[in-house]
Amino acid sequence: MSRQRTLAGRNYGPIYSYPMGIWFSLFFILPIAIIVTYSFMKKGLHGGVEWEPTINAYRQMFTSSYGKLFLRTIFVTFTATILSIVIALPCGYAMARSRHQTILLFLVIIPFWTNSLIRINAWIAILGNEGFINETLKRFGMITEGLPLLYTQRAVILVLVYMYLPYAILPIFTAMDKFDFSLLEAARDLGATKPQSMFKVLLPNVRSGIVTAIIFTFIPIFGAYTVPLLVGGKDSYMIGNVIVDQVTKIRNWPLASAFSMVITVVSTVGVLWMMGTSAREAARMKSAGVKQESGV
Amino acid sequence: MSLPGGQRNRLKGCDISIEGVSKFFGNFHALDAATIKIHKGEFFSLLGPSGCGKTTLLRIIAGFEMPDAGIVTFDGKNIIGIEANKRQSNTVFQNYALFPHLSVYENVAFPLRIRKVPGAEIDRKVMEYLHLVQLDAHVQKKPNQLSGGQKQRVAIARALINEPSVLLLDEPLSALDAKLRSNLLVELDAIHDQIGITFIYVTHDQSEALSVSDRIAVMNQGKVLQIGTPFEIYESPATEFVAKFIGETNLFDSRVVECIKHDEDEFMVTLDVPELGKQIKVTDYDETQNGQQVSFTVRPEKIRITLEEPHTNGKELNVFRGIVEEPVYSGFQSKFYVRLENGTVLKVFKQHQNYLEDGPEISWKDTVYVSWSANDGYIVEVINQ
Repeated sequence: MSRQRTLAGRNYGPIYSYPMGIWFSLFFILPIAIIVTYSFMKKGLHGGVEWEPTINAYRQMFTSSYGKLFLRTIFVTFTATILSIVIALPCGYAMARSRHQTILLFLVIIPFWTNSLIRINAWIAILGNEGFINETLKRFGMITEGLPLLYTQRAVILVLVYMYLPYAILPIFTAMDKFDFSLLEAARDLGATKPQSMFKVLLPNVRSGIVTAIIFTFIPIFGAYTVPLLVGGKDSYMIGNVIVDQVTKIRNWPLASAFSMVITVVSTVGVLWMMGTSAREAARMKSAGVKQESGV
Repeated sequence: MSLPGGQRNRLKGCDISIEGVSKFFGNFHALDAATIKIHKGEFFSLLGPSGCGKTTLLRIIAGFEMPDAGIVTFDGKNIIGIEANKRQSNTVFQNYALFPHLSVYENVAFPLRIRKVPGAEIDRKVMEYLHLVQLDAHVQKKPNQLSGGQKQRVAIARALINEPSVLLLDEPLSALDAKLRSNLLVELDAIHDQIGITFIYVTHDQSEALSVSDRIAVMNQGKVLQIGTPFEIYESPATEFVAKFIGETNLFDSRVVECIKHDEDEFMVTLDVPELGKQIKVTDYDETQNGQQVSFTVRPEKIRITLEEPHTNGKELNVFRGIVEEPVYSGFQSKFYVRLENGTVLKVFKQHQNYLEDGPEISWKDTVYVSWSANDGYIVEVINQ
């Protein structure tokens, strides 16, 4: 018999994967199902929902103020994600080529040992009116009054990049670490300038790491609420803040659920699109190759 | 195989001059004032054990390393300071260094795409060079779908497509199995004959270097020990190291007893060799002083091994008697380790011939005579001058 058998004559292998399925059902599918359901219900007076199907929540979302908020969230998320990747690429490269890899890896991970709220508050101490930067500039007589650094959209982007940079660095570093750097020498030898060797050889080969880094930073930044709440001004509200407000203050649970759905859908579509580009790229190259081959 | 771009031209490459090139890695002296002149169109090998500096020298020529002292010139023009991508050299790497995200076609087209050559021209040239290395059938494969030998062919085509003046080969065959290695070596030689540019071939394998090179530089510990044709390197090694590294040999410390002019330009030297227990005769082209310490070497295949005592026939013949300790049969030849009467073991190779000429079989514990003529020995390095 070709089928593998255990002593008892049965294969128990699949049973070991059941906890995984239970875990996913309980903590992923079930909550999403609840949120989807809530978003299509009528809002309860003091929170919760009344079991009356309606699409009011979604209708409420299409107002100009929420539209502006949505666009702002998208803008902040894109800017912070792109900045994180742009900073993470040279960091990952330097780490992969460094002889002190362990120490550098350690330095990237250390911030995780401190509570995120404390780290955000540290930025308040740095950026505030009487904060480190303004006080230093005043001492050197470069300014007389504190610069408005804190409670701006730029502060939100800065702190978001700071918070999620490790999530961008780690996958990029992993991909770079697997990269054979002698390929850069080969590219240079064949006539490529330094930037050409980076863009034509290094980046295509660490592509999977970049895609992972984008997914790891884009999704949490898109749903961020503590950072805009603590270092942002009135004009820095993001979708995450609206959800918190709708749940805790205004008690419009269906609307909060509808906004949650927006985050989930946008993130999912984004991830699928990112993964799809890689697949499409591969397919495009293959078909182009077939054309060339038939032309020969 | 057809020649890309026209007929055979041996003088297409450039002269390369390496002048006093030194390189340190920390305290490690990787290259010690290496000076080599390589001619246009030559197949030149840098041969030596690992860590001898041959790869460092190649990387300096390619532009991946800066020398701490000395210059390298292509056709008289100093190239130190010119970036790797601006040099007229291209490299075939030991680990192939193919771009894993590109197909065979795109790997070979890479240098042309960098130079923004028009598409039709790229297509024509890529197919021409892939044909040269016999890879027409694998154009659209990715590097990870190729065998080691195929990968190296792609690397060779890719390095040649820019029509460099010099092709640098960094142990290009060392990752391949023995059979494939010798096949690819013959092909490399044929490609060199067709393209006609200067080849600089780095290897630690002396048989590879001997079989394809026009000239060889033997290196050890950062120093160039000898530069010469394969024949010169094998037959007249300049140092003990060269004698031991190239092929197999018997090497003994000895002392000059007598040196007599024996011919127009030849001296007959009598050596006292303590390890052999008696004096031997050897011819030399240079005069040596009596009492001088020298090294004496005789290649195992130049020693005759017979069951009967050989006739000298008026020639200066060195004859020793001994017992076969270890016969090693390897098909076309046999190796014998012969223990002489004073206990020293001599390595002897016997080439097998046809039935009539091969003579009686020599086996374990046979008492044999080993002999070589004065012309077959060689005085290597003059120690304690």
